[in-house]
Amino acid sequence: MEIVRSHRQLAAEAASGVGGGGSAGGLPTYRVAPQLEVRLEEFELFAIDRLRVLKGIADGLSRGKRPEEMEKLVKELWKAHMRHQDPAETLNKDIISHFVLRLVYCRTEELRKWFLSMETTLFRYRFRLESLESQRMLMSEFQLPYKALPHSEFEAVKDKLSQVARTIGQSATVESVFFKVPFEEVPDLVACRRVFLSKGYAYVAMSQVVSLVVTQFRCNISKALVLTNRKWTSTIKEQEKDRLTPIVEALSNAYFGPDYSQLRENHHLKHGGRMQFGLFLKGAGLKLEDALAFWRAEFSQKVGSERFDKEYAYSIRHNYGKEGKRTDYTPYSCQKIISATPGVGDHHGCPYRHFGEENLRAALNKMGTSGHSLEEIMDKVKNRHYQLACTMTFEAAHGVSCDTGINHPNQYFSESQKVLKAKNQAVESQATT
Amino acid sequence: MPREDESVEAMEIDGQHQQAAITAVPDGFNVDYLRIYYGKLFPYGDFFKWLSYGNDGKHPGCDQSYVGRREFSFTLENDIYLRFQSFDSVSEMESSIKEKCPFKIDIGPPAKRHAYAQSGNNVFVPVERELIFDIDISDYDDVRYCCSGADVCMDCWPLMTIAIKILDASLRDDFGFNHILWVYSGRRGVHCWVCDSRARKLNNEQRAAIADYFRVYKGGENAMKKVSLTGHVLHPFLARAYTNVLKCFFEDKLLLSQQLFASEERYQKILDLIPDENVASELHNKWQGNRRSSISKEDANATRWEQLKSTLQSGKHKGLRRCIEEIVFSYSYPRLDMEVSKHMNHLLKAPFCIHPKTGRVCVPIDPDNCDDFDPTTVPTLSQDIVSATIAESLQGGIRKLIQCKAPAVQEYLDLVKFTVTFQLFLPA
Ligand SMILES: [Zn+2]
Repeated sequence: MEIVRSHRQLAAEAASGVGGGGSAGGLPTYRVAPQLEVRLEEFELFAIDRLRVLKGIADGLSRGKRPEEMEKLVKELWKAHMRHQDPAETLNKDIISHFVLRLVYCRTEELRKWFLSMETTLFRYRFRLESLESQRMLMSEFQLPYKALPHSEFEAVKDKLSQVARTIGQSATVESVFFKVPFEEVPDLVACRRVFLSKGYAYVAMSQVVSLVVTQFRCNISKALVLTNRKWTSTIKEQEKDRLTPIVEALSNAYFGPDYSQLRENHHLKHGGRMQFGLFLKGAGLKLEDALAFWRAEFSQKVGSERFDKEYAYSIRHNYGKEGKRTDYTPYSCQKIISATPGVGDHHGCPYRHFGEENLRAALNKMGTSGHSLEEIMDKVKNRHYQLACTMTFEAAHGVSCDTGINHPNQYFSESQKVLKAKNQAVESQATT
Repeated sequence: MPREDESVEAMEIDGQHQQAAITAVPDGFNVDYLRIYYGKLFPYGDFFKWLSYGNDGKHPGCDQSYVGRREFSFTLENDIYLRFQSFDSVSEMESSIKEKCPFKIDIGPPAKRHAYAQSGNNVFVPVERELIFDIDISDYDDVRYCCSGADVCMDCWPLMTIAIKILDASLRDDFGFNHILWVYSGRRGVHCWVCDSRARKLNNEQRAAIADYFRVYKGGENAMKKVSLTGHVLHPFLARAYTNVLKCFFEDKLLLSQQLFASEERYQKILDLIPDENVASELHNKWQGNRRSSISKEDANATRWEQLKSTLQSGKHKGLRRCIEEIVFSYSYPRLDMEVSKHMNHLLKAPFCIHPKTGRVCVPIDPDNCDDFDPTTVPTLSQDIVSATIAESLQGGIRKLIQCKAPAVQEYLDLVKFTVTFQLFLPA
């Protein structure tokens, strides 16, 4: 019984729609959890890379980027964090990272909403970048029950279709393939009057089909997240109470400190950066056993836990310093990070020390610091008091004083959590009085 | 419980002393009138039938618990607010309304939990909801000069007529809905209930999409009501709204009734909508010089509008033609309270309520005859209506009442007419 097959073989199957995920061309629909083989050291990194893409998308949306700008952004983010020379590798990484994050983001309504929204946006723009041919393949893969408008019907509404096309700046020559669908299926197109409506039907052009597919995609993922959550609550959560829950929280809160918000744009984090980030996560609760349990839970049904432990334990243990050199890395302190010099294109380091003034202002702004307190922080930076600046940022962000000062990124993280927890409790106790 | 009978007795009315009775009824809205209204006039049967959507029948598909899941809220005298009222039958609803005599009844969505199921807090999760629209004339204060705030007259009411015509046509022709109820809100606007089962099943995103489809105002909902029509041509919906409704209402009614060009201040506001300052000041100078000319003010409005149009349409000013449409849209296109439409959990005042300030009945409006609707003649819960109600019960039926043709009876008959409008909206 061959259970674990080679990477390449599986990816090829996935690409042809047979195996995991389901995909036409390079864009999977994630309908089936994959039975892919994954090197364990990759699994956390894959998830983090995808998180970088999603986070970048969230940033783009919050800055109110227009659709064309978003398309460009998504393309760049994808290229920077997910693209591999070998398309099969890219596809593997795509599918695996999606399913890992699905587990991370299934737990609360708020997390599901965020993940659903970002994944849908990602899918929307990736779909737009696909060829017409693979767009059609995706449509049939979603089993959308729509047939192209027959010629006679098309002729009857052609003038109206042309009128709508011209309102959105397209030429008067109408596309020839339209789908007649219930208007409920394309709320985005209805909202901006980009379709002709008649008697409850929207006339959707081939170039707008993305809206239909996205509606279906969103619906599928939404249901899947609820199911994953159920599985999580019924089995995984109880078994992994003290191990998985903290990691999952760590992954979803991974962007707490200012140090880790600069995770976007043109370059892969280089080795040093990855190290710093990975170890931060480790400090936040991602332990060896957790990674194993995490992986086992979602992907190892077919592998079998015995074989899993035997064959994959080493690579995990190596990552966590239990095997090989037996060096258990401590996450870098602020002092160490400040004194290191990141190279060009590195996205790590201490933001107060290594960011340009513009970038730093923007980053602080994004964290909600502005006006007087922002100027004070910038003043400290100019005088090279980086940790003081960081402490002030903490105080401004949370409205509480931090007497010990910030001297470790993990400390920023854990102090932040303490404050938020205390606030939540205060709100709760207020609500009960 | 039948307090209305007590009040009838207290006024010592009988068949022989009808005249005396009419003068004995005091004028103006009061709680005794309301009791008589709820006692004799409120159309419980039709009201309940409407909200049952066919589930009140006996056939197997009926969900007998359907109406019971709907939330009602009552506002009592002294602003006491009772939420989460629910009724399983028309008689239950009738006796509750008669007993509590609410000054206002609001209708919420049918919710997932029975309203009486009291496990912990009263959380209602809407399972469906009519698609609703709320249009208030007070949102048009920057484009009407006859009234402001909650006041309304026949000079500015056409703005509501426009809204009814445009939305009703689009809801039917574009969205395919049929079961649409328009209701006068009793004072300053209209409510629309789209009741098709397809409409009731819409999720919030789809509701928002429809509300946005109707929106032409740039910027946020609280931003200045500035219309921006982009693209080379108008979307078929907007084009139809413009040619079938807006253009004629603007030119034939609003231009004169609102005296849109009658003073410098007013025409300057319109000229401000022209992006080309030279054109605007050219027209401004022309009209300022004309100020003391002999033409009457009516003429001035029409003439200046024609001058503005021909200037903007002339070949000299390319790209300004759209501006004519933008002006018309700015001064006449429907202004929706978007939030009411976007969410399933908004409560909306029930038809046939009595507006506590005006005493007017929130009567249904027939969209096909909305041109004839006059808010100033809508039946009020007045001396006349109360007297006629009493008279009807004394004289034994409406037929005899019609026969006596007393002017005092007219308003009562009007109200009856509106309940017929409501019955026509209900499925047979
Ligand atoms: Zn008026």
